[in-house]
Amino acid sequence: MLSIFKKELRSYVYSPIPYVLIGLFLLITSITFNSFYSQMQTTLDENAINQTLGFGNTVMVFLTPILTMKLLAEERKNKVDALLLSSPVSITSIVIAKYLAAVVMFLALTASTLIYPIIVISLSKVASVEMLGGYLGFILVGASYIAFGLFASSLTESQVVAGIISLVGLLLMLLMNAIQPIVGDFWYGIFKWFSLLDKYAAYQSGKFIITPIIYYLSFISLFVVLTIRVIEKRRWS
Amino acid sequence: MIEVQKLSKSYGRIKAVDDITFTVEKGEIIGFLGPNGAGKSTTMNMITGCLSSNGGSIKVCDNDVFDAPKEAKKHIGYLPEQPPLYTDLTVKEFLNFVSDLKKVDKKEKLEQMDEIMNLVKIKDVENRLINNLSKGYKQRVGIAQALIGGPEVLILDEPTVGLDPKQMVEIRKLIKALGKEHTIILSSHILPEVSAVCDRVIIINEGKIVAIDTPENLSRGTENLLNISIKIAGPEKAVQTLLEDVEGVAKVEFVNSNKKKVESDFIIESEKDIDIRKPIFRALAAKDYPILELKSLNLTLEDIFLKLTTQEKEVE
Repeated sequence: MLSIFKKELRSYVYSPIPYVLIGLFLLITSITFNSFYSQMQTTLDENAINQTLGFGNTVMVFLTPILTMKLLAEERKNKVDALLLSSPVSITSIVIAKYLAAVVMFLALTASTLIYPIIVISLSKVASVEMLGGYLGFILVGASYIAFGLFASSLTESQVVAGIISLVGLLLMLLMNAIQPIVGDFWYGIFKWFSLLDKYAAYQSGKFIITPIIYYLSFISLFVVLTIRVIEKRRWS
Repeated sequence: MIEVQKLSKSYGRIKAVDDITFTVEKGEIIGFLGPNGAGKSTTMNMITGCLSSNGGSIKVCDNDVFDAPKEAKKHIGYLPEQPPLYTDLTVKEFLNFVSDLKKVDKKEKLEQMDEIMNLVKIKDVENRLINNLSKGYKQRVGIAQALIGGPEVLILDEPTVGLDPKQMVEIRKLIKALGKEHTIILSSHILPEVSAVCDRVIIINEGKIVAIDTPENLSRGTENLLNISIKIAGPEKAVQTLLEDVEGVAKVEFVNSNKKKVESDFIIESEKDIDIRKPIFRALAAKDYPILELKSLNLTLEDIFLKLTTQEKEVE
């Protein structure tokens, strides 16, 4: 498992994709950070961070598919998957290794945004627990996006199709809260489970409760397990 | 070493592999022969655990591929039809990755990689990106990949496809050499390759095994029917009646004649275990029809292959 993880990380690091993504992400969020921060100066500084990260979650809906689309699709297209499948490695560890590699890249992206709290702290000399909560939420949401992107990548041989599936899926999840009047209460009760963004509000207000973490971890596990199933099923069909 | 029992695999309604059973002994080189779509690659994919079966069992070194895949896979090196290569890595990096994947001991790793690179002659390209290598080199990197971890069993799916004739000969030599220490199953639709390299041949068609034997036995099975191609200076009809009267001749088939020169070509089939060449000579000499050409037509593996794989259709 470690060998696949290292290999995936290596191919990320040697490809232009993460750098482009980090650059894009910083470009977009720095503009919003600037406007949030100038509005906020009279009130609480950490809100600028949390609002920027909240907006960053929406930006990641568009960027995550680019990060995850090749994870499984590319190997299948190039028929390299035979190498992994015929090695003494379980499908579970192949999938988890690939997932973790993408998460590490996402953490690198997250680390690049630390520039914003540094600015806030150096100007106002306040470090707050709300900021930490905001970051925790941001990371959990991003890790969930990646799990869905990984799943999308297992469905097809084409990177482009995988990218589109994850983009459409993540966009729909973004809209889950708005569909209540359309689908009625019963279906809304089910669909809102997939609404990732409104689950970590408690963290942003500086409270630490365990339920959001459990929610995000189960979301991630669901899609990682589904990915493993998809690959297993392909062996059987 | 490898035991395949009643193995079946269907894709929807199509039976790709239908109830096949065979065993491969230690140190054997087995050739899988069959037309495209016969089920060769499917069988190999199942033996290596890339694909599941719809029934039957496969044991590699006494480990069931479906029940104990990890154990079984440790003993297998696999070269699929398209060599599985990460083209964004250099040869060395790639082999290093495969070594880790197959859990080769850290201390032995570099030594083993060097050994294998020398064996398949890719040492000179070890620091080049796989993407930039020629097809022949890529194929060899594919073989190197299969050798890593010192597996007892090698499964090679069309190892010489896409290579130039010189490279083909080299790869065949390499496989032959590897056969001394490994048990090898290779598939091919190139018949001379199979008869040159393999100890035994499994001919497979439409998912079923039609024959398992050594290449020699397969050709010998039909050898006692001696076929002769003959060119005779003489009028076609007179010669044909003469030939048909020779003892031991089963069938005379007229092929061609040249009226100007009064020459005729025939193909003669003998009855079993009779050498008809001498009686034919005497009969023709007695009537003064000189033999211009005479050669025996042994059935090649190709003929046998065609016979075995087209037989069923004729019966239908």
